[in-house]
Amino acid sequence: MSSIGTGYDLSVTTFSPDGRVFQIEYAAKAVDNSGTVIGIKCKDGIVMGVEKLIASKMMLPGSNRRIHSVHRHSGMAVAGLAADGRQIVARAKSEATNYQSVYGEPIPVKELAERVASYVHLCTLYWWLRPFGCGIILGGYDRDGPQLYVVEPSGISYRYFGAAIGKGKQAAKTEIEKLNLSEMTCREGVIEVAKIIYKVHDEAKDKAFELEMSWVCDESKQQHQKVPDDLLEEAKAAARNALEEMDAD
Amino acid sequence: MASKQPENSLLGPEADSQRTLYPNVTGTSVVALKYKDGILMAADMGGSYGSTLRYKNVERMKAIGKHSLLGASGEISDFQEILRYLDDLILYDNMWDDGNSLGPKEVHNYLTRLMYNRRNKFNPLWNSLVLGGIKNGEKYLGTVSMIGVNFEDDHVATGFGNHLARPILRQEWHENLSFEDGVRLLEKCMRVLLYRDRSAINKLQIAKITEEGMTISQPYSLKTYWEFSAFENPTQGAVGSW
Repeated sequence: MSSIGTGYDLSVTTFSPDGRVFQIEYAAKAVDNSGTVIGIKCKDGIVMGVEKLIASKMMLPGSNRRIHSVHRHSGMAVAGLAADGRQIVARAKSEATNYQSVYGEPIPVKELAERVASYVHLCTLYWWLRPFGCGIILGGYDRDGPQLYVVEPSGISYRYFGAAIGKGKQAAKTEIEKLNLSEMTCREGVIEVAKIIYKVHDEAKDKAFELEMSWVCDESKQQHQKVPDDLLEEAKAAARNALEEMDAD
Repeated sequence: MASKQPENSLLGPEADSQRTLYPNVTGTSVVALKYKDGILMAADMGGSYGSTLRYKNVERMKAIGKHSLLGASGEISDFQEILRYLDDLILYDNMWDDGNSLGPKEVHNYLTRLMYNRRNKFNPLWNSLVLGGIKNGEKYLGTVSMIGVNFEDDHVATGFGNHLARPILRQEWHENLSFEDGVRLLEKCMRVLLYRDRSAINKLQIAKITEEGMTISQPYSLKTYWEFSAFENPTQGAVGSW
């Protein structure tokens, strides 16, 4: 799949003869090399989970948040270059508060996704800027119900029922497709997401990881927040059990 | 930000038309006291347009975050602007999602900075604010004026409340009032204000904030008594009266 774009990959403002912009594809590679990020749309809300690969044993658990709230009703999980992700989150927060200030209501998730996507796209149009090296899973709950969007470094954004980006995205997507999302509540979804992340985590290549999850659902009163500690522990335990059962076979 | 101040020409003629010179729609006194479980605050629901009692359904007390309650007298539109600032403040605080939340002391400090900085630009937010709350068992009650004067106390009031209600509270307030006693005391103060403050209306709300959260009563009215003999024939013996 990876072809060397000799000569045509030096600038994001250069097309290759076969119509590709290599710099954007390279940016996508940064996302593919990061820990898996999953989002699912359940009956009553959105659940997002991140496989946070731990670089050092001395890191405090709970630091280096990868999932950020953008407004009361929506949040973003980031894969790829964390610093780039911070910039996009800051921009999204600013768009959300600006929309609220002008229109008097929380920004519809669709509108937020469009604004984030066009901001990411902006940085693929000028040679003095580099594309963002991160993929975003954006989940929110507005009056049209829960919605899930993915924004890629190229600036495209699609709406999904279930999505995964990062290292284990192929395996994760297969697992997500097996789920019956339209019947699932977010409580059940949290357990399923934890199981998937534990499953796609590659023990050989990456040693330790921390699971970070958030949801926005009826149970959280349509507010985006970290999954409550007790439910998170329950999910982790269920995921570990599921793994052991698999190994036992 | 909504209002565009020509920052570089504060002394020019255009700048003058943007400064607050006088309030237009105003609310009258707010009275608040600490009681056993938290803070009790009372305010009527009137919005006066000069001497006309034009608006009679103005809620002058609002919850701020999980731990605080803000009551305001003075210009109603400035109060709404303050609520917008505080909304942003609480939103950003919530988005950290780290288990911490702004308490009444922090909100009071923020409001003080806000009011004082506007006063220094000669463009005040024309309000007297009462900020009460309770966090981790610690009760807090403070006030900020439109010129940035701020302090905290066991009972506070704004406007006419300072002259009519505070003396009553100084006599009758004590530590660990029960809820019923607190309400009774506030109603006593509000009744005096109703009799003597011409911008008061007989439609008030009492709000309480405790560790569990904030509740605000439905609007209700106080019973008044006008049959005092001193009110009969008030002009008898007054020279030049009829």
